[in-house]
Amino acid sequence: MKRWINKRPSRAVSVMLGLVPLIMLLLLYMAGSEARLAENEADKLLPSFEQFGDAIKRMAFEPSKRTGEYLFWVDTQSSLIRLGLGVGIAALTGLIVGVLTGALPSVGSTLNPLLTIVSLIPPLAVLPILFIVLGLGELSKVVLIAIGVMPFIARDIQRRTQEIPSEQLIKAQTLGANTAQIILRVILPQIMPRLIDAVRLSLGAAWLFLIAAEAIASTDGLGYRIFLVRRYMAMDVILPYVAWITLLAFTFDWILARINYLCFPWDRLAGDER
Amino acid sequence: MIEVEKLWKRYGDNTVLEDLSLSVKEGEFVTMVGASGCGKSTFLNLLLGTQSATQGEIRLDGEPIAAEPGPDRGIVFQQYSVFPHMTVLENVMAAPALAQSGITGRLFGRAKREANQAALEMLERVGLTASADQYPQALSGGMRQRLAIAQALIAKPRILLLDEPFGALDPGIRNDMHVLLKDLWASFGLTVFMVTHDLKEGFSLGTRLWVFDKRRHDPHAPQAYGASVTYDINLATTSEHDYEKTLAQIDQRTE
Repeated sequence: MKRWINKRPSRAVSVMLGLVPLIMLLLLYMAGSEARLAENEADKLLPSFEQFGDAIKRMAFEPSKRTGEYLFWVDTQSSLIRLGLGVGIAALTGLIVGVLTGALPSVGSTLNPLLTIVSLIPPLAVLPILFIVLGLGELSKVVLIAIGVMPFIARDIQRRTQEIPSEQLIKAQTLGANTAQIILRVILPQIMPRLIDAVRLSLGAAWLFLIAAEAIASTDGLGYRIFLVRRYMAMDVILPYVAWITLLAFTFDWILARINYLCFPWDRLAGDER
Repeated sequence: MIEVEKLWKRYGDNTVLEDLSLSVKEGEFVTMVGASGCGKSTFLNLLLGTQSATQGEIRLDGEPIAAEPGPDRGIVFQQYSVFPHMTVLENVMAAPALAQSGITGRLFGRAKREANQAALEMLERVGLTASADQYPQALSGGMRQRLAIAQALIAKPRILLLDEPFGALDPGIRNDMHVLLKDLWASFGLTVFMVTHDLKEGFSLGTRLWVFDKRRHDPHAPQAYGASVTYDINLATTSEHDYEKTLAQIDQRTE
């Protein structure tokens, strides 16, 4: 009899085992929903799947009676633009700050204390300041996401830059490289897959800041909508929205992982030597 | 070509190198052996320019040697001395690309074609033609070191520094590498400094062998005295008998 820690399920069994909790959760929900609806037809807490379908149809495929817009898609578009801009700005500045502070000791000495302090500020505590200074428009939401995830990306990239073996940097110098060439040809290409990893890890936080900002001050967006319909206890809208956000998050993570896999074939090989 | 004059290296109270004075002519192949921590790698780093002397100086053609790595001194480390994100060919082509001025470190047009040609010839010499499009991680340890040597040599350094380049390789592959290195040393007219743990390798490969050891030793303060070159053996004039004798002596000293 093998010890438990040595037992490995086969691929098929593994997939089945993974599905079990999901199916159980689904069945539990359906049973609960049915029981509550049987007792009270107007119950809003656990809507049935037909009610979800109706809500999705209403939000996504029928124009809003008030504005004539397809709210679901408008919300999605607004949120994704904010998220994309915020994360994009954070990734770009994080990359630049991280590589420069990691590669150039004097830039590191200059910016490291500031970076440490900024990374310790809870971003949501700064949100009121952003609203006051930048107004309630798009800018303050994008800036919240950007300053929320930038310090993490910058520090991660800085650490990754410092992890590049000094032998490589010395080698480049003995081949005649100047500082700019070392950064552009030796450091930057090796940091790109690390940047994508850092963005993947920071997406969760980015969604948090997006939804928080939209919940507080917005007129559209996925976060705005779920906090708006909460007033009517519209679980039939909230749950599909949450599922949709989860699906979007999963998709972005998957796309970034594929980019890493396809664009940096050398990184896959890097086991003993990096 | 290279003169070392009254060179000292200390880290705080820890003296690593003590009063080193040596002179090396162009074209010599110096192998450096000694126990761990005896300062042979420190000396190589001083030549390379990644560390600086506490006292004294190293002169190259009468001028103090540059205090940072430069294209006149090529280097091959035991590991990590090739770029993992470039293919074998790109690694060799990186040398001419990085040698030009500007900030991109990339070649275009005719310069690129010429570099490509030169790199392919270099790969032919070190026997890596078939692996030109592979990434270094896919190569064996010996092939990776061949690449590192090719990459260093295409930059045409006058001095080649080797820091235990074959330390991680199997004995058979090591012999192949010795043959290759001797061949390249002769045809490129290089001056070579090589740190090795392997006394036999030191004897068989170079024209000159330096043994790093402490002249004085204080058992109560082992760090008080530094090492210097206790044996400076001209291998060109050493016979087999001398080899055995010196080997025995050195073994005794370094143990």
